[in-house]
Amino acid sequence: MDIFAQQIINGLVLGSIYALVALGYTMVYGVLGLINFAHGEVVMVGAMVAFSAITFFMGVFPETPGWILFLVGVLCAVPVCMLTSFTIERFAYRPLRNAPRLAPLISAIGVSIILQTLAMIIWGRNYLIFPTTLPTDPIILHTFAPNPEADYERTVSITPVQILIICVSAALMFALTYTINKTRLGKAMRATSENTQIASLMGINPNTVIAATFVIGAALAGIAGVMVATNYSVAHFYMGFLPGLKAFTAAVLGGIGNIYGAMLGGLVLGIVESLGAGYLGQLTGGFLGSHYQDIFAFAVLILVLTLRPSGLLGEKVSDRA
Amino acid sequence: MMNNPTRHRQIVGFLLVAIALAALPWAAGLLGNSWVRILNVALLYVMLALGLNIVVGFAGLLDLGYIAFYAVGAYVYALLASPHLTDNFEVIAALFPDGLHVSIWLLIPLSALVAALFGVLLGAPTLRLRGDYLAIVTLGFGEIIRLFLNNLNAPLNITNGPQGINMIEPVHIAGVRFSRTVDVFGFDVPALHLYYYLFLALTLVIIVVCMRLQHSRIGRAWTAIRDDEIAAKAMGINTRNMKLLAFALGASFGGVAGAMFSAFQGFVSPESFGLMESIIVLCMVVLGGMGHIPGVILGAVLLAGFPEMLRQVVTPIQEFMFGTVLVDAEIIRSLIYGFTMVLVMLYRPKGLWPQRKGRAAASREVS
Repeated sequence: MDIFAQQIINGLVLGSIYALVALGYTMVYGVLGLINFAHGEVVMVGAMVAFSAITFFMGVFPETPGWILFLVGVLCAVPVCMLTSFTIERFAYRPLRNAPRLAPLISAIGVSIILQTLAMIIWGRNYLIFPTTLPTDPIILHTFAPNPEADYERTVSITPVQILIICVSAALMFALTYTINKTRLGKAMRATSENTQIASLMGINPNTVIAATFVIGAALAGIAGVMVATNYSVAHFYMGFLPGLKAFTAAVLGGIGNIYGAMLGGLVLGIVESLGAGYLGQLTGGFLGSHYQDIFAFAVLILVLTLRPSGLLGEKVSDRA
Repeated sequence: MMNNPTRHRQIVGFLLVAIALAALPWAAGLLGNSWVRILNVALLYVMLALGLNIVVGFAGLLDLGYIAFYAVGAYVYALLASPHLTDNFEVIAALFPDGLHVSIWLLIPLSALVAALFGVLLGAPTLRLRGDYLAIVTLGFGEIIRLFLNNLNAPLNITNGPQGINMIEPVHIAGVRFSRTVDVFGFDVPALHLYYYLFLALTLVIIVVCMRLQHSRIGRAWTAIRDDEIAAKAMGINTRNMKLLAFALGASFGGVAGAMFSAFQGFVSPESFGLMESIIVLCMVVLGGMGHIPGVILGAVLLAGFPEMLRQVVTPIQEFMFGTVLVDAEIIRSLIYGFTMVLVMLYRPKGLWPQRKGRAAASREVS
C-alpha cells in the first residue's frame, strides 16, 4: 500500500507533464494530421533557455528569491519556444503541407536532429545541473512506519515542486480548454480541424490558425520543460526525446486529435508507468527491474494501436490506423 | 547477339567497374589504413540502406527502428563467436569444452534468420498501421530492443549489459583468419582488405537480390501496396504476407550487416544501436532516392563517407588555423544529417538520384 500511494503521486506528476506535452501533439494533429516529431525538442529548448536565464539572473541578482527565478525561467523559455515552433512550422512543415504524408514526417525528424545539435553546440554535451529555485524537501503526507526518518521507504511524500507541477498543469489545461471552447481563436481552430477548406471559405485564415496551434502547443511544452528540469535538477540536449515520445504515446492513448484525450492519456500513462516501475520487479519475480520503466510507454503504444487505434476518447481516426 | 556493340560496351563497363572496386582498397590504403576502414564501414551502411530500402522504398512502410535488426545480427554473431556464453553459463561451457567457434557459413544465415524473425515480430502487430503511426511504433520497437540489450545482464548475464561483448572472433574462412596479413600468391593482403572483399561480396549479393526482387511479382506487389494499399488489396494482393515479407527481408539484410559489423569490430555494445543510427540509415535512403537501388547506394556512400572525410579534413584544418578544434566533426555530422533530411524533403523529395518515371510504374511516391 505504501509503495502504491507513493507511485500514484509520482505518476500524477509524471502524467501532468506528459499531458502538457501531449496537448501540443494532439492539437497539431487535429488541425494538420501531422505528427510534429520535433515537439519533444521544444521541451528541451524550454529547459535549456530557462537554465541560461536563471543562471544569468542569479549571477546579476544573487539575492533573488527562488520563485522569482522560476518565473524568470518560464518567462524567458516560453517566448523562445514559441518562436522556435513558429519557425519550424513556417520553414519545415508549411511548404510540405500538400506533399505525401511521409515527407513532413521525415522533415520533422530532420528538424529534431538540427535542434538537438544546435542545443549541443550552445549548451555543450554534458548534463547541466539545473539551479534549485524551489524547495525540494519532501513533505511527508502519511507514514506507514513508526519512525519515518529511519524508514523512508514506507512513507508517502510529495515535494513542493511536484505540487507546483500538478497545479500549474491543471491550470494550464483549464486555460486551454477555455481558449478552445469559448474564444474566437478556439472556434477557428475547431473549424480548421474539422475541415480546413470550408473553414477558409468562412473567412478563417488557415495559416494563422495553424501557426497559432503550433505556438500554443510550444508554450505548453516550454513550461513543461522548465518544470521537468526543476523537478529532476538536470538539463541535457537529449532530454526532450523520451518525454516527447511518451507524450506522443499519451496522445495516441487518449485518442489523437482530442484534447481531453491527451489530458487523460497523459495522466493514465504516467500512473501506469510509475506503478509499473514500482511493481515490475515483484511481478516478474525479480527478472525485470525498474530500469525497464521506459518499456511501458512503448508497450502501451503498441497495444493501443493494435487493439484500439482510436484511443480512449478518440473518434475520426478510422482512416489513419 | 554477342557482337552487338552495346552488349560489348556493357561487358567492358562491367569489367572496368569490377577492376575499380577490386583496386579501391589498395588506392585508399595509400592514404592510410583508416581510409580502408572507412570503405568497410561504408559498405556496411550500403547493406543497411539496401535493407531499409526494401521496407521504406519498395513497400512504403516507414521504419524508424531499423537499427534493431542490425543489433540483433550483431549480437547473434557476438554471442556465438566469443567466450561470453561459455564464461557465463556452465551448461554451455560443458557442451562446448573448446569454446564456441561457430563457422561464418552458419553465422551469416543464422543472423539473417534471427533478424528476419524479429522483423516478423515487429511486422505482425503493426500490419494495420500506416505511415506516421507505423514510424512511431517501429521507433519504440528499436528502443525496446536497445533497452533489453542494455539490461539483460541480470539476473542472467546474456548480453553483458552496457559494457557490451568483447573478444569476438574475427571471420575465418577456409583456414584463413581475418585478423592478420595474409599471403596470397606472394602478395601481402592486410586483414582490412580481406574484410573489404568479404563485405563487397555480400553487398553485391544483396544488390542482386534487391534488383531481382524489385522486378519480380513480389516487387510489383510492394509497389502496389506503397501506392495504394486498398487498391492493391482489391487486385488480389495478399497485403499481409507481402508486408511481412518486406519486414523480414529488410531485417535479414540488416542482420547480415550486423553480424559483419560484429566480426569487423570485435566488440559490440548497445551504444552502437541508438535511434540516431536508425535515422542515419533512413537519411541515406531518403537522400539517395527511396526505392531506387543505385540512388540508395549513392546515398549510403555519400553519407557514410562524407562525414568521415570531414573528420579527417576539418579537424586538422581547424587545428592548423585556430590551434584548437572549435567545431567538433561529430556536430557537423549531425547537422549534415538533419539538414539533409529537411532540405531533401523540401527541394528534392525524390532524392538525388530518383527512379526514372515510367519504368516499373513507380510514378507515385510513398504516401
